[in-house]
Amino acid sequence: MSALIKIDNLALGFTGKQGQQAPILRGISLELRQGETLGIVGESGSGKSTVALAMMGYLKPGLSVFSGSARFDGQDMFALPERQRAALRGSKIALIPQNAGQALTPTLTIGAQIDEALRLHTPLGASDRKARVIELLSRVRLPSPEEMATRYPHELSGGQQQRAAVAMALAGQARALLLDEPTTGLDVTTQAHILEFLRKLAREMGVAMIYVSHDLGVIARVADRVAVMYAGQIAEEGPTRDVLRAPKHPYTAGLIASIPKLSDPGIPASMPGVPPNVGSSINGCAFADRCPLAQAICRSEAPVPVTLGATRARCHFAEHPRVTHETTRRVPQVSSDVAIELENVAISYSQPGLLDRMLGRTPPPPTVERAGFTLHKGETLGLVGESGSGKSTILRAIAGLVGARAGQLSLGANGDLTAPVHKRDRETLRRVQMIFQNADASLNPRQIIGEILGAPLRLYFNLNRDQARARATELLEQVRLPATCLDRFPGQLSGGEKQRVGVARAFAANPEVTLCDEVTSALDVSVQAAALALLTRLQAENGSSFIFVSHDLAVVRAVSDRVAVLYQGRICEIGPAKEVYAPPYHPYTQALMGAVLEPDPDIAPKLLADDVTEKAPPATGCPFQRRCPMHMGAQCDTRVPPARMMADGHLIHCHQHPDNLMSQTDAKTPAPVENIPELTAG
Amino acid sequence: MANLLSTIMSRPSGAIGLALTLAHVLMALMAPVLAPFDPTLQNANAILLAPSAEHWMGTDTLGRDIFSRVLHGGRLAIAVTFAAAVVATIWGSFAGIFFGTVGGRTDEFSMRIVDAFLSMPWLLFLLLIISIGGAGPATIIPTLGFFYGVAVLRVIRGAAMQVAARDFVTAAKARGEKLWPILSREMFPNLSDIILVEGAMRWSWMLLAFSSLSFLGFGATPPTPDWGLMVAQERGLLATAPWSVFWPCLALSSLIIGINLLADAIGKALGLDRATAMAV
Repeated sequence: MSALIKIDNLALGFTGKQGQQAPILRGISLELRQGETLGIVGESGSGKSTVALAMMGYLKPGLSVFSGSARFDGQDMFALPERQRAALRGSKIALIPQNAGQALTPTLTIGAQIDEALRLHTPLGASDRKARVIELLSRVRLPSPEEMATRYPHELSGGQQQRAAVAMALAGQARALLLDEPTTGLDVTTQAHILEFLRKLAREMGVAMIYVSHDLGVIARVADRVAVMYAGQIAEEGPTRDVLRAPKHPYTAGLIASIPKLSDPGIPASMPGVPPNVGSSINGCAFADRCPLAQAICRSEAPVPVTLGATRARCHFAEHPRVTHETTRRVPQVSSDVAIELENVAISYSQPGLLDRMLGRTPPPPTVERAGFTLHKGETLGLVGESGSGKSTILRAIAGLVGARAGQLSLGANGDLTAPVHKRDRETLRRVQMIFQNADASLNPRQIIGEILGAPLRLYFNLNRDQARARATELLEQVRLPATCLDRFPGQLSGGEKQRVGVARAFAANPEVTLCDEVTSALDVSVQAAALALLTRLQAENGSSFIFVSHDLAVVRAVSDRVAVLYQGRICEIGPAKEVYAPPYHPYTQALMGAVLEPDPDIAPKLLADDVTEKAPPATGCPFQRRCPMHMGAQCDTRVPPARMMADGHLIHCHQHPDNLMSQTDAKTPAPVENIPELTAG
Repeated sequence: MANLLSTIMSRPSGAIGLALTLAHVLMALMAPVLAPFDPTLQNANAILLAPSAEHWMGTDTLGRDIFSRVLHGGRLAIAVTFAAAVVATIWGSFAGIFFGTVGGRTDEFSMRIVDAFLSMPWLLFLLLIISIGGAGPATIIPTLGFFYGVAVLRVIRGAAMQVAARDFVTAAKARGEKLWPILSREMFPNLSDIILVEGAMRWSWMLLAFSSLSFLGFGATPPTPDWGLMVAQERGLLATAPWSVFWPCLALSSLIIGINLLADAIGKALGLDRATAMAV
């Protein structure tokens, strides 16, 4: 079949004032055939979004084409005037952005917005359009489409908004859909649903899709072919299965190896170094500085794409065997001493006001309830759950940033953590430190790194300026950053380096307990792997206990000794990592495990019947009652589920008999692709 | 700083704003040297002369040289309003950072008081205070400083709330920092840009306010040459001798426009958008 979109040797980038060219993309050649899904994967700054937009004939402001062409249906798009290109976009090629909630107009109903797209792109009359709106909404499998058409975007959940955006894109009878990270920011169970939906849609409608993502697991699920981007070039391109199973380019191999996997728990191998800066000039192979196979030729001569079977790889040694990357197992050194203990903790952000009490309104159920666990010295406890599961709230309570409404929080043998932060003494404060999700936001942009690291040293150890500087240098050394960083501002560091500074700041206090709040979720996978290795090494050196919060089950598995699964602020299951990650599961754990995407095209997710995002926990009974596939009736709705002790300190909070939980299949065995349940009306 | 200056100069609006502001400040400083006549010297033989080679901007009802008076007319206004702008910016931004950081009920309660002040017709209040305390810099500077400081407070508090929500402030709180280090080390350096722009904006508005006071007879007192006062005295002659009103108006508006353009350019050069700087 001939190509629908064909990019030929395309180079584009910025042009400086003196005419010097800073390329963003270099020599890109790609094809997209009718009905095919092409995945474009790469880390931040690799140029993946720029390629995808160029396939639509769109350039971000300031960019210009240096050489090459992009053809849609044989027509050179960059030779067309902008107005014709714009007409092509939206009608023949449609974009579905990362955040559909922001792309939809908040003041118009979903129906009105799709109607407008129809009016622009089709000759249909008003009554035909109305029927077509309903048809489109049912096509994207939104429950009760007639009613959906009358709703406003904010009345839809994140997953539903994404479906509405797809319906709008389909309104113009697009032949190609461009999806730019459409599931990033959605919960894993919702993401898995959207991906299955997109797979089916592509097949049914025969539309071509370009799917841009940083996540190889997502790409593995949706894409027929995949292009791996590195430094504005395609490092490797070929059928998804071939690329993921037998990568030809060392970068692809390293990227796959750096993803934590449930099937291979442990700290994944990380790639050394960082990618070249965007727009910098490159001699030889862009990956040479980080490549385990690099030879002299790699630094002097730029490799040309080599075809091996159906795969093309831009490597001098594409035919050589790949280096195998090994995951490293943590060696936990857990003592029997208690580091932190939570007993029956309840946390609530909203306090009942005077008016509420006078009117006798019942307060909403607390955000977190019945939270209890013991963290031993040297141990890592993983808290895992989707957004709104209360995992970060528990961390904030331990840090004293929110008050616990009930229950006991104690630190070691004698410390009390029930008091809020301003009532804690300096020693208690020092013993508990927090590392934040977004290193960018957690470092003051107006302070140099020396000042940032100096703050805890000054506060807890009364060090003077020179002493603090000397100690800060040591800390940077520990996190493998050069001493020259001391006088830099955070804005001058890369994302991974900033997170290292965040880690160094926490360890400056020499804490007994380190609270990690989604510390790697803003990082690229290769950087994440290095950050996980760093945390593990520091723990081994300092004997600090960790509480590690993440939405990513595989990351939690890699670093944790014990794991607690949370839903709506209630612990569903807690126990040793290897027990929690194997049957018997709590039904929610089973749902989460089923939604995990591994970078393997042959593992299909197993989905719950819905992709609803619940906003508040139910007032009584089990927190998971409304979505549970093993719901047993009234007792689940009214009574708090009992904690059932399984093997080896493994607790499951569920009314179901352990035998029934045991009989659930292992969530990670491959399921036939067709067995995806349809959405039920929600 | 040199970098900031070159960024400001790279935009036409910034260059014009800086030139206008500097020109006015220089004129005010150099007025005694530059003025061809004594601004208070009356001349019965030269009443309401049209602009000529001798009197570039003409003369007024008392035969005084308008050019000399325009040169001198900004001195008091610029000095008084600059001092008042400094007062307003310092107290307003300090209080704004404080309330924006602590939040909660303290903030809620204080903001209702701020709302009350913002809803008052401040010019009437000013007139009341001046009629009690008497006209003159000693009353006008603190009064203008206070009232405009309330507006500064409101803006800076809004910006401070955004900064306070960021993780590095949470990190400082979690670390156990006391309030003062949080305000001075974490908050202030991230708000200094917006404070600078806000201060400059308030200065230009105060110039207008001071001239209004003079026009009403509560600012500068005769025979002090002052733009607002000049307009007030000659306003009846707008039809017959328009130059007597035109020149002081042009002087005042060019300075206000200049400061506005400059403040805008500083804001853009520092990467603030106008919406945040002007959000009242």
